[in-house]
Amino acid sequence: MRYLGQTAADRQAMLAKIGVADIDALFKDVPADALNAAIELPDHRGELEVERHIGALAARNLSPADAPCFLGAGAYRHHIPAAADHLIQRSEFLTSYTPYQPEIAQGTLQYLFEFQSQVALITGMDVANASLYDGATACGEAVLMAQRATRRQKAVLSGGLHPHYRGVVETLMRQTDQPYLAAPMDAEGNEDLAALIDEQTACVVVQNPSLFGHVRDLRPLAKACQAKGVLLIVAVSEVVSLGLITPPGEMGADIVVAEGQSLGVPLSFGGPYVGLFAAKEKFLRQMPGRLCGETVDQDGKRGFVLTLSAREQHIRREKATSNICTNSGLCALAFTIHLSLLGEAGFTRLAEINHAKAVELAGKLDGLKGIKLVNGSFFNEFTLALPKPAAGVVEALAKKGILGGVPASRLWPGEKAAEHLLLVSATEMNTEHDMSALRSALEEVL
Amino acid sequence: MLNKQGRQTTPNAGADNSGPAGGYATIGGHKGLEHEEPLIFEQGEPGRCGVDLPAPANVAERLGGLRRKGAIGLPGLSEPQVIRHFVRLSRKNYAIDMGVFPLGSCTMKHNPRLNEKLARLKGLGDLHPMQPESTVQGALALIDELAGWLKTLTGMPAVAMSPAAGAHGELCGLMSIRAALIARGDARKRILAPESAHGTNPATAAMCGYTVDPIPATADGRVDLEALRAKLGPDVAAIMLTNPNTCGLFERDIRQVADMIHSIGGFFYCDGANFNAIVGKVRPGDLGIDAMHINLHKTFSTPHGGGGPGSGPVVLSDALKDFVPLPYVIHDANGYRLVEQDESGKSFGRMKGFHGQMGMFIRALAYMLSHGGDGLKRVAEDAVLAANYVMASCDDVMSPAFAGPCMHEALFDDSFLKDTGVSTLDYAKALIDEGYHPMTVYFPLVVHGALLVEPTESESKDALDHFIMVLRGLAERAQSKQAADYFHGAPYLVPRRRLDETQAARKPVLRWKPAQDNKAAAE
Repeated sequence: MRYLGQTAADRQAMLAKIGVADIDALFKDVPADALNAAIELPDHRGELEVERHIGALAARNLSPADAPCFLGAGAYRHHIPAAADHLIQRSEFLTSYTPYQPEIAQGTLQYLFEFQSQVALITGMDVANASLYDGATACGEAVLMAQRATRRQKAVLSGGLHPHYRGVVETLMRQTDQPYLAAPMDAEGNEDLAALIDEQTACVVVQNPSLFGHVRDLRPLAKACQAKGVLLIVAVSEVVSLGLITPPGEMGADIVVAEGQSLGVPLSFGGPYVGLFAAKEKFLRQMPGRLCGETVDQDGKRGFVLTLSAREQHIRREKATSNICTNSGLCALAFTIHLSLLGEAGFTRLAEINHAKAVELAGKLDGLKGIKLVNGSFFNEFTLALPKPAAGVVEALAKKGILGGVPASRLWPGEKAAEHLLLVSATEMNTEHDMSALRSALEEVL
Repeated sequence: MLNKQGRQTTPNAGADNSGPAGGYATIGGHKGLEHEEPLIFEQGEPGRCGVDLPAPANVAERLGGLRRKGAIGLPGLSEPQVIRHFVRLSRKNYAIDMGVFPLGSCTMKHNPRLNEKLARLKGLGDLHPMQPESTVQGALALIDELAGWLKTLTGMPAVAMSPAAGAHGELCGLMSIRAALIARGDARKRILAPESAHGTNPATAAMCGYTVDPIPATADGRVDLEALRAKLGPDVAAIMLTNPNTCGLFERDIRQVADMIHSIGGFFYCDGANFNAIVGKVRPGDLGIDAMHINLHKTFSTPHGGGGPGSGPVVLSDALKDFVPLPYVIHDANGYRLVEQDESGKSFGRMKGFHGQMGMFIRALAYMLSHGGDGLKRVAEDAVLAANYVMASCDDVMSPAFAGPCMHEALFDDSFLKDTGVSTLDYAKALIDEGYHPMTVYFPLVVHGALLVEPTESESKDALDHFIMVLRGLAERAQSKQAADYFHGAPYLVPRRRLDETQAARKPVLRWKPAQDNKAAAE
């Protein structure tokens, strides 16, 4: 057993030092009939055997590397620079713990400070935390925070909000019987959320670009929220869009949550990802999760520590702002490295390329065999109205080796208006050839 | 020399790293292999970039007139600059790959690199979560296989796979319990939890709208059954109990606890943070529990990564097995299905985006397959053996909080430091200079000046013997009463010495800002 270091002689010597005859003497507090239960599992295996076993499972999947892939809906296929994946595998990052001992965790603490700074800059907000699990859970935490900050209960949820984000909010709200108002599906991007605000409203949650891809000017909504003391929460499920679009902070958001997966984090079938959480400074002490702050050490040198922990569960227990402990540290590192490599110029250009690819693809598909582009505006993902139910079309495309998009009906089941809608995304990964392949495959299956 | 706080700034002897021999400081500020490293924001130049991207096609923009005006303010660095920056940062961290990391309650065990390789396989690491079911049968099979191992190891009939970490698993467990209670028309209000519980327990209970009623411990570090009995009532939804508990002890009355909570119609939530002590050896399902989260990033070795990501699947009893989060995997004659919409009317809904921490599932399954049932049992035995060995080797110079045997953690209180002028924190900081990450300190709260040592099964006897020598040596040095100043100033041999946490909290600086902003703020 290659991961275990004791020899039989070591074990005997250690038992002798402890003063017991056998290992089970150390388990004497366990009810006797529950100890050494017969657990039917295969015996240990070597690296090669394990690699074969899991390799065989991998081989049963269709890798997006082998199929033109236009899937988005909250997770996006982007190129990860080799340096990013290499650096996060350094032992000192990969196998360290939460930085509870700052003298020997300055590496982690400094990158968290850099991460927080980057997140604040790209969202246009004052402060950001050191990450949450993912965009959807960050969205749930944002609603809970808005309730604390406003001392009101009701959340208004946009019909363009990703249903997974909406689902997480609803699950949390149901636990304490809090009211929420979930607007109907908004595929057209023209809902009027301001009309749904009332005296009980704590927050309005809106996604930009929306699930269906619409890029919206949130300033009028922000103004309406502000007039009634309501917090505007903006969710961003494609963080690369912030390279090109006016940041939510500039449009008046009070809290911004985002899915950071697009920078440095592999798709990995849905997780682990990294939740970004940024807010106006006045809400600092209501924020969930860890915060890293600058300070000095005993010799006066700049250093970093986890701070304002009086908000957190290990200090405040049932009065904490959240129960979160472990967050998404290593994914935050991947994000920070990727964004450091990109810098201002690279981040902007990556966003431009994504947008250009999507514009090009929309042009190729709009009007083809009765397909209609729903969007007036979009970033790297748009919605198509198909002449047939989208779920069947996607299956037919998969049979041709093309991952052609996400049927809206998978996210809005039972919603009649969703049936024919297909969400299609294009990124820097999509070649001319991919786009032509999708076009001709659609011509065949429609 | 003393600084303003009266703390020693240099040690008495032999531990000064302030400069080379002869009293010269280095000219550039670096010290040999240790580099001072500015923020990325302090190294950037416009026009520099660490990636090469082609010019985008010239298209008619469709951003709805919302193209960003003005710059973001991100620094431009070349690839070698970025690599050097993060490599230098990495060298300021302690890690399990460097030495013993005895952080109690955190299970810092070896992280096999095979698991990293497999998580990156084509067909797993690059799968999109919204691919059609027909194209991800292997991924769903992998989730199902891991679920099978977890159910077998715990002796429980069901497992919810989507929680993203331990605290998220607790939330899942309590939401499941709440859903089951509501289904029988009996919503309750109170959760019982020992005073020694992880902070996540009460914080989670509060998120589900429960009040938390603490249960005191007995003198031997276990739940006080009489106190528990006195707290029982028809409004108690559940007890949350960590077993082995946070004092490193097995709750020997666990079945009575289960019977008592069940007798009033409540549920038994077990915090599985310490499952490493019993994995492969004891099935929690045989002890009467209803729900337990499993930290894949503890017991099953997925890397902690400086604070995450984790993964916290929750095993559920028959009484709770229908009250699960969405989505979940099932399989029938046609293969595997991912159930994303409630089909039973009993699910309590969605907890996170997509389907769970797949990257962690792959690593955890690789770990389980590597160990097998036989190896996992040995994991528990060696982890418990190592903790007891540390305790037995130090009990004459340190002060075990409770009589042994312990499980996989050895808990000491600070009575061995009494009258030495050295605190638990000082002792921990001195360990840093000795090349060790400190143990967990000041937790659990029920023990004065607690020092919680979890060596894990990964350490060889040789490594433990060296660690023990240091633990003993520091205890004896403190007890000599000659070295309080030395301890107060520790650590010395580190990139940064003790940091001013008060200043950090009083005047929070949580991000870099461009120089002119700083100036504007000052005015």
